[in-house]
Amino acid sequence: MTAVAEHSSADVVDADPALQVEGLTVDIRTISGTVRAVNEVTFEARRGETLALLGESGCGKSMTATALVGLLEPVAEVTAGSAKLTGRDGVADLLSVDRKARRRLAGTELAIVFQDALTALNPLYTVGTQLAEPFQIHHGMKSKDAKAKAVELMARVGIPQPETRLNSYPHQFSGGMRQRLLIAMAVALNPRVLIADEPTTALDVTVQAQIMELLRSLRSEYDMAVVLITHDLALVAEEADRVAVMYAGNIVETGLVSEVFANPRHPYTKGLLDSVPVNAVRGEELKSIGGAPPDLHSIPQGCAYQARCPLAQDVCRTTRPTLNPVGSRHQSACHFPQEVVNV
Amino acid sequence: MSDQLLRVRDLRKTFRVPGSKTGLTALDGITLDVGRGETLGLVGESGCGKSTLARTLMMLERPDSGSVTFDGIDPFSLRGKDLLKFRRRVQMVFQDPYASLNSRMSAGDLISEPWRTHKTLYANRSGRETRVRELLDLVGLGAKAADKYPQEFSGGQRQRIGIARALALNPDVVICDEPVSALDLSVQAQVLNLLNDLQKELGIAYVFISHDLSVVRHVADRVAVMYLGRIIESGPTEAVFQSPSHPYTAALMSAAPKLDAAHRGERILLTGEVPSPLNPPSGCRFRTRCWKATDICAAERPPLAVDPHSSTHGAECHHPLVGEPALSASA
Repeated sequence: MTAVAEHSSADVVDADPALQVEGLTVDIRTISGTVRAVNEVTFEARRGETLALLGESGCGKSMTATALVGLLEPVAEVTAGSAKLTGRDGVADLLSVDRKARRRLAGTELAIVFQDALTALNPLYTVGTQLAEPFQIHHGMKSKDAKAKAVELMARVGIPQPETRLNSYPHQFSGGMRQRLLIAMAVALNPRVLIADEPTTALDVTVQAQIMELLRSLRSEYDMAVVLITHDLALVAEEADRVAVMYAGNIVETGLVSEVFANPRHPYTKGLLDSVPVNAVRGEELKSIGGAPPDLHSIPQGCAYQARCPLAQDVCRTTRPTLNPVGSRHQSACHFPQEVVNV
Repeated sequence: MSDQLLRVRDLRKTFRVPGSKTGLTALDGITLDVGRGETLGLVGESGCGKSTLARTLMMLERPDSGSVTFDGIDPFSLRGKDLLKFRRRVQMVFQDPYASLNSRMSAGDLISEPWRTHKTLYANRSGRETRVRELLDLVGLGAKAADKYPQEFSGGQRQRIGIARALALNPDVVICDEPVSALDLSVQAQVLNLLNDLQKELGIAYVFISHDLSVVRHVADRVAVMYLGRIIESGPTEAVFQSPSHPYTAALMSAAPKLDAAHRGERILLTGEVPSPLNPPSGCRFRTRCWKATDICAAERPPLAVDPHSSTHGAECHHPLVGEPALSASA
C-alpha cells in the first residue's frame, strides 16, 4: 500500500530539456495519395518530468513516437523537422542520425515501452536472455555478468523470484509482469528519454496502478524525461506534468496539465474533458463531441476541428490556427481561445 | 426492480483444462436479478468470469448447475419453436464493432439478418424495409445508411449498427459486453447517451459489462462486482460507489485514475495480480491481495454481509468496510 507520491510540477518544468522536437512532419504514402499523419509537431520533454501526448485514435500520437525511435513503416516518411536529444555525448538529431548512431543511442539515451508486451518480447528466448542483451551489446559484458544485471533489474521492477524466473519465456508471465519486463528492458541502460506508448491500455486498472507507480519511481530514480502517449485523460491528470493534446496530426493545445485541464483554451480539449463521465449521475445526458475525427485523406483547409466545433466561423474554414500563448506556459491553436469557456 | 425479468441462482460453470484435475471454474455460484427496464452493471477484471456469465445468459454456454429463469421460464429446458421464440428476447451488443460486423453485408442486411432466422417477425419485404429504416433512425444513423457497408462507417457508427441489430428482434434484455471500450472518448459519450435514450423509450433491460467504473456508474441502476467467478459485492450503484463494503471494490475504485485530483484520496495499491482461476485461493478468493485478511479468510469462505444502511447492498467479506467512505479507505 503506497500513497501517491507528491510531485511538484513547477520544479521540473524548468529542468533541462532532454528532448526537443521541432516541426516534426510525417507523411504516409497510401494507394489513394499521400496523407499527413503528423503535421509540424513541436514539443519538449525535460528530465524528471512526464509529458503526455494525448489524443484519440488516428491523431498521430503513436506515429510521433515511432518516428522518434526510428521505427516508422517503410510507407511512412519524416518529411520535415528535427528532434534533438541531449545525451551524455552531446546533442543528436534523432531524425537525421545514421543507423550506427541510432543503434548507439537506442537504450542508452532513448528507450520505448510498447502497449502490447507480448508482441514486443521475443517468444523464442527466455526473458533472461532478452534482458541481458542490452548489457552485452552496449557494455560488452559477458553473458554471466549480464544475466546478473538482468536479475537485479527484474527485482527492481518487482518480479518475484527473479533468479528462477530468468529462465522463463514471455508467455509464462501475466500481462502485468510482461509490461514490467518491457519497462525493465527499457530502463536497463539508464536512458535520458523514455517513451511510453499506451503502456497500460491492455491492463486491468489495479495492475495499471502498479505499473504507473513503477514508472513514476523509475523516473525520479533515473531522472528521465518520460513521454507518455495515451488517450486516457484521467491518466494524464494523475501522471503528467505537461500535456500536448493532438488532433488530426496537429498539437492543438499544450501546457501544464493543471492549467490546461482547469482552463482549456481549445474547444476540442474542452469537449474531451466534458465527455468523461465524472461522477455522472445515472441517466443524465453526457456531453459529447458530435461527429467523428476527419479522414486524413480529406483534412479541410483551415482548422482541422472546424466540422465538429461549435465556435467555428469563416476564418476557421480558411486559415489554420497556429499555437499561440493563452496564458503562462499554455498555448492553444484556436482562433477563439477566449470563447472556449462558453462551449 | 419490482418486476423481475431475469433470475440467476447459484450458477456454476467449470471448463475442462488439459493437465488440471479440478478444471477452470469460471462461474462459482453466481446469483443475480435483473428487473424489467433496469440496467445491471457487471464489473470486474479480466478473467473474472464476466464474459462467461454473458455467454451463459445468451445460452452460448450450458451451466453445470444452478438455474437461469427468464420471466419464469428456464430457457435451458426449451426445445424447437419455443427455444427459437425465447432467443429473440435476449440479444447482445459486442465489444469490437470492427470484428462483429460482416464487411460484405450492408447495414440494412446486417440489421435484417436476424429476421431470416425469426421468419414470423416482419414477414413481408416492405415491412422489413420499413423496420430497418425505423431502427436506423432510432440509433441516429438515418435511413440512408441502409445501403452502406461497415467500412464506410466510423467506429461509433458501427457500434450503432450493432445496437440496431440487437434491437431488431425487440428483445427484453440486451447484454452489452464492453460496448464502448473500443471507442474513442468523444464517441463513447454519444453511444452511452444512445443506450440510455433507447432504454427510456423501449424499456429494455441491460446487463452492462464493463471494466470502466465511471461508465458503469453512469449507466447502471445496480452494480455487481465480480472476482474470480463470484459476485463479491452488489447493490444500488450509488450505495456501492459511495461506500463500498468489499476491500476489492474499494481497491478497484481507488485504482482507477481520476480526472479530478481533488477527489482522489490515498490510493489503495494492491500488490500482486488476480490469482489463476485454475488454482484459486482457499476461503476468500481475494485474501491473497487483501490488506485486511486474517486467518479466518483463508479458512472459511465469507458469508454475505449486508450493509446496515441498505438491505439490497451486500458483500462477501469477513471484514467489510462499514461506513468507511471509498476515498479514505486505506490500510
